[in-house]
Amino acid sequence: MSAGVELDHVTVRFGEFTAVKSATLDIKGGEFFSFLGPSGCGKTTILRTVSGFLEPSEGAVKIGGQNMAGIGPNKRPTALIFQNLALFPLMTVAENITYGLRVQGIDKATRAKKANELLELIALPGQGNKQMSELSGGQKQRVAIARALCVQPEVLLLDEPLSALDLKLRQHMRNELRSIQRMVGITFIYITHDQGEALTMSDRIAVMSDGVIQQVADGKTIYDQPATAFVASFVGENNPFAGTVAQADSSFALVDTKLGRLRGRNPRGAKAGDKAILFVRPESARLAPGGADTTFSAKVKSVAFEGNMTHVFLEGAGKKDITVTVGRQSGAVIPEQDTVATVSYDAELGLVLPEGQMARE
Amino acid sequence: MSSRLVVLFVPFVVIAIFWLMARREAKLRRDPTHKGYFERNGMTLGIIFIALVALWTLFLVVLPYLYMVVESFHPTLRPVERGGPKDVLTLAQYRSFFVAHSGEGWNAVHIGAFVFSIVASIAVTALNFAICYPLAFYMAQSGTAQKVRLIMLALIVPYWVNEILRAFSLRLLLATKGLINNVMVAGGFIDTPIDFLGNNVGLYVGLSYAYLLVMIFPLYNAIESLDKNQIEAARDLGAPWWRIHKDVVIPYAKPGIASGCTMVFMLSAGSLAAPQFLGGPRTLWFTSVIYNFFFQNFNWARGSAYAFILLAACIALVMLMLRLFKVSLGETIK
Repeated sequence: MSAGVELDHVTVRFGEFTAVKSATLDIKGGEFFSFLGPSGCGKTTILRTVSGFLEPSEGAVKIGGQNMAGIGPNKRPTALIFQNLALFPLMTVAENITYGLRVQGIDKATRAKKANELLELIALPGQGNKQMSELSGGQKQRVAIARALCVQPEVLLLDEPLSALDLKLRQHMRNELRSIQRMVGITFIYITHDQGEALTMSDRIAVMSDGVIQQVADGKTIYDQPATAFVASFVGENNPFAGTVAQADSSFALVDTKLGRLRGRNPRGAKAGDKAILFVRPESARLAPGGADTTFSAKVKSVAFEGNMTHVFLEGAGKKDITVTVGRQSGAVIPEQDTVATVSYDAELGLVLPEGQMARE
Repeated sequence: MSSRLVVLFVPFVVIAIFWLMARREAKLRRDPTHKGYFERNGMTLGIIFIALVALWTLFLVVLPYLYMVVESFHPTLRPVERGGPKDVLTLAQYRSFFVAHSGEGWNAVHIGAFVFSIVASIAVTALNFAICYPLAFYMAQSGTAQKVRLIMLALIVPYWVNEILRAFSLRLLLATKGLINNVMVAGGFIDTPIDFLGNNVGLYVGLSYAYLLVMIFPLYNAIESLDKNQIEAARDLGAPWWRIHKDVVIPYAKPGIASGCTMVFMLSAGSLAAPQFLGGPRTLWFTSVIYNFFFQNFNWARGSAYAFILLAACIALVMLMLRLFKVSLGETIK
């Protein structure tokens, strides 16, 4: 069973500070949905509001179409996986997993059976009698998932559960989480500041900044068609060129930047005279001449060879830093340091967005 | 040789045994990088350290107790008879606790006082825990920093007041013509004043209050280190508030609870002022019996025998409780 989660103009305030500003969202049942944003953007507040530890100051949270106002976290069909897992250190693995059932007054035999089923699911069969301290980080992680799944929630909420693991394990757990989600088929709401996690696992992602949901879309759309300057600068690498729109139509715009007049797509309908930023991703740029208004020159400052690709760091007019990433197959010649290179891109891959808040480095 | 003189040598014998054991251990596990005690501290400082610690533990801690133990195995004698032919080792003082003075039947008065003191101390410990647990939980987990500081202040400041003054001020409140009775009679809640002191209400209130801090700080320390997320996790999994305490908070805070309860129990069983000033006229606290032997009858032998009976009973009870609740002694003093 899985229920959708609906946020209807949810605002959460702590005194003077507004952590979430009028968030409206419709998360479908069975969806793997991620909230992505830098720390302090309000994503954990949203999670705590959905789980019931916080009540929205304004607006409503609906789970499965039912308004959750006044319903405590122990009465909601949600289960939360904490950032530090919050497993009970004095209980065994099986006791941890079936704690939710024990609270419901379910008998020992049923609990033992359920524990075995879940231990099977998380690939720890027969380890129910172990103490929590005997498990490794990844195993604890899986026990936390099993404990949450044991109460058969309709929505599983995950608060950066992988952040404490090392890189290899983190990548492995991504796949595992995704496959567990497919197996149990319930709604997963995942909080992360790691865009790799969000992009690989999610059906859809909400990018947040300063309590505002900037864009809701699937990973590919977020990457290729960011809706705001924040999303463009936060998700993946990007070269921003700020300037004023010189000329624009419904599909393209020309922006006067420090590097000259450059062209890019115009999805937000910028008009001549608007302040705007042209974004060109490092992998979209190439070190070769191109069209008249998609080419500029810059001095090579340094080159970083990374195996499967090479980053070329350049400095354009007005001390503008530019990064160009050259893949292995492209066959491009990597220029020498301190030479002047010509950089160009396809106008289709340049993106003109209205000026706005940018992600901090 | 007098048994009292023998006792003087007991600590030295114990020290010698420990020293020999340490020597043996050092020989068995030879570690070339290990530096000896005098090598590390130098001869002068080394001797000063040892002398200070030895003085403290031997003369201020060990010897006084040992002398009381020896005293308790001696007969009751007038000062001139001490060291004389009548001064022999005997179990008479311990026997007199159980057997009545006439030589027949149980010593009902003293056994009664002993049992009452133990049972009342258990009750005081339970009452104290019931008061302190919610307060400690609030301070450790839910209160804001500012409120916690205020509560701490409100808890500590009254302890600047002298214990006897505190006991008598409670008497003023609880007396038949005291403030509480006057207010209740004037307010029409009761017709005749309630005899709080005669019914030992004053005793329980006084003792609970006297050792409030001893209970609250171990509890507070234990609960404070509990991760808030554990409480939230239990709540999220559907646990009502009382289950969270039963399954998560109390098991976690068990060492602190054991530590607080042990200390409150020991202190109230051995307290003197509060039972004497706040107990009812029919109430006889065991420490008062001991006190009277020492200071009214000058019967030190019997007084110390009674004191050791109380000490042994309290230690046995505490050990039994620790075993029952599966807490190791080491955990309680962490």
